[in-house]
Amino acid sequence: MKDKNKLYWKKNLNYLIVLLSIWFIVSFGFGILLVNQLNLIEFFGFKLGFWFAQQGSIYTFVILIFIYIYLMNKLDKEFKS
Amino acid sequence: MTLQLSIWIIIGLTFALYIGIAIWSKTNSTSEFYIAGKGVNPIANGMATAADWMSAASFISMAGIISFVGYDGSVYLMGWTGGYVLLALLLAPYLRKFGKFTVPDFIGDRYYSNAARTVAIFCALVVSFTYVAGQMRGVGIVFSRYLEVDINNGVFIGMGIVLFYAILGGMKGITYTQVAQYCVLIFAFMVPAIFISIQMTGNPIPQLGFGSETQDGVYLLDKLNGLHKELGFSEYTSGEKSKIDVFFITAALMIGTAGLPHVIVRFFTVKKVSDARKSAGWALLFIAILYTTAPAIAVFARTNLIETVSDKNYSDMPSWFKKWEETELLKFNDKNEDGTIQYLGDEKLNELTIDKDIMVMANPEIAQLPNWVIALLAAGALAAALSTAAGLLLVISSSISHDLIKKIISPKLVRRKILKEDISEKGELIAARISAFFAVLLAGYFGINPPDFVAATVALAFGLAAASFFPAIVLGIFYKRMNKEGAISGMIVGISSMLYYMLKFKFGWFGGGNQEDWFIGVSPEGFGTIAMILNFFVSILISSLTKEPPNQIKKLVENLRTPDE
Repeated sequence: MKDKNKLYWKKNLNYLIVLLSIWFIVSFGFGILLVNQLNLIEFFGFKLGFWFAQQGSIYTFVILIFIYIYLMNKLDKEFKS
Repeated sequence: MTLQLSIWIIIGLTFALYIGIAIWSKTNSTSEFYIAGKGVNPIANGMATAADWMSAASFISMAGIISFVGYDGSVYLMGWTGGYVLLALLLAPYLRKFGKFTVPDFIGDRYYSNAARTVAIFCALVVSFTYVAGQMRGVGIVFSRYLEVDINNGVFIGMGIVLFYAILGGMKGITYTQVAQYCVLIFAFMVPAIFISIQMTGNPIPQLGFGSETQDGVYLLDKLNGLHKELGFSEYTSGEKSKIDVFFITAALMIGTAGLPHVIVRFFTVKKVSDARKSAGWALLFIAILYTTAPAIAVFARTNLIETVSDKNYSDMPSWFKKWEETELLKFNDKNEDGTIQYLGDEKLNELTIDKDIMVMANPEIAQLPNWVIALLAAGALAAALSTAAGLLLVISSSISHDLIKKIISPKLVRRKILKEDISEKGELIAARISAFFAVLLAGYFGINPPDFVAATVALAFGLAAASFFPAIVLGIFYKRMNKEGAISGMIVGISSMLYYMLKFKFGWFGGGNQEDWFIGVSPEGFGTIAMILNFFVSILISSLTKEPPNQIKKLVENLRTPDE
């Protein structure tokens, strides 16, 4: 039982590390630190860096949470049975 | 139908709806009063959280601020949405699993200490009060601008409505009115945005519209950048703030969002741990609808405004221009006396000053939309302000009746044999309603006599939440070795460094200072991030130097980390 709980927690932490890295790269990376470089790229009618800062990062945040919901529901099922 | 009449009708209908919901959801137990009996559906809770979170500032001011600062406005867009990722991944599920009523509950129990609980109560009260005063003021302003009611009477009407449904229905009443308020406010925000997007770019989706071409075949953003260059403003898509400051402000707003007690408490109201995660997802989706539309409105409004006023004859200005001039939110000073409006980046030559709040409120008039759209906007702004005020008032009343009276004062009185037994549930419920009543009065007082520091302290509220609650909660879940000595000293160091920096640079205490004296170029708005890092550092250091937490606390933490039953 104890090992099982440990494994569950470890998997959860792995998910967190991956998802939070994406969270950081998209907002702080693309939206702030690399914004000038990305702004050289045209993305439809937007400069890409500006688009990430005012649109793209927010869409990514929503998607990240729903991926986490999906992963954790699956993990919960796996460990309950 | 005249504008006044349609505004009264739409506001009257929405208020009747809120009151109806309050009567339907009357509560009888503390669990219903504090956390709606844990029976809220995650999608409904997502809507309620979104309404709770989006205040008058999000609704009225944010798009306006962005339209003046362009790229720099991204700090609000990313900062006030990114925090939900932290909430969903690091806080909400575990706090729901812990399963109590309030944030000080968690801090007090996890750190087995009433001192920690008291520090948490203090932070919750400071954060919530600074916030709620601004909301009441917002209600008054909306009434006075749209209905020509005196600001103070507007505040009284707002107080009456909130008082009614917060005291009667507690969290249950607040939650279901917030669901209705979300629907009102998002509809009110989107309708003018869609109309204007079609007018300017032919694309009905504002998020795509502001990246589309205008009728003359130029991309809208390129056109706006061109206009800015011509008039001597800095490029819209680039901004002026230093990169390091943008970074730290965004981080402080994100982490502050995740640490705000009135947001966290919403995740206590659902049935299961998995529902807490779902709620956070839905909440952010509902918030994102407004937050991705706001930058589009900002660009539309900015372009529209420049094209309408720049180098045009003052006498040819449309009627909305005169109307907003009367409120002094729009000021024209013909410096070179040529009768035309020079709207320029150079302050010496510029002749037009514009308040940021106009951009959203006058937008439908500038775009010549029908009266009912303007009426809708007024109702939406009120919904945004009232829903946030109610959520904050509940945190204040539960901090007093539950955390302070039930958990600290009442047991003390029992021990000293002044009281025979602990306060009953009925007694606690009465205490909760009485404290909600006084909290509304106090909020109303600040709404009528706004202290000068309200605007300055909103940033403080985020900084405080980031510097105090966030590390204490995250370490409480993810670091088993964390003990009370570490948590208390961390919170105290976090709060006091934040307060020191704010007081020094915002109020001129401790010798004051200006931009050149900022610590590594970080503004007071962004300092919450540094105070939070200090908190983490001190917490872990002190904790590793003092003795381990007791075994039952370690068990409690282990239990938080297991799948939900």
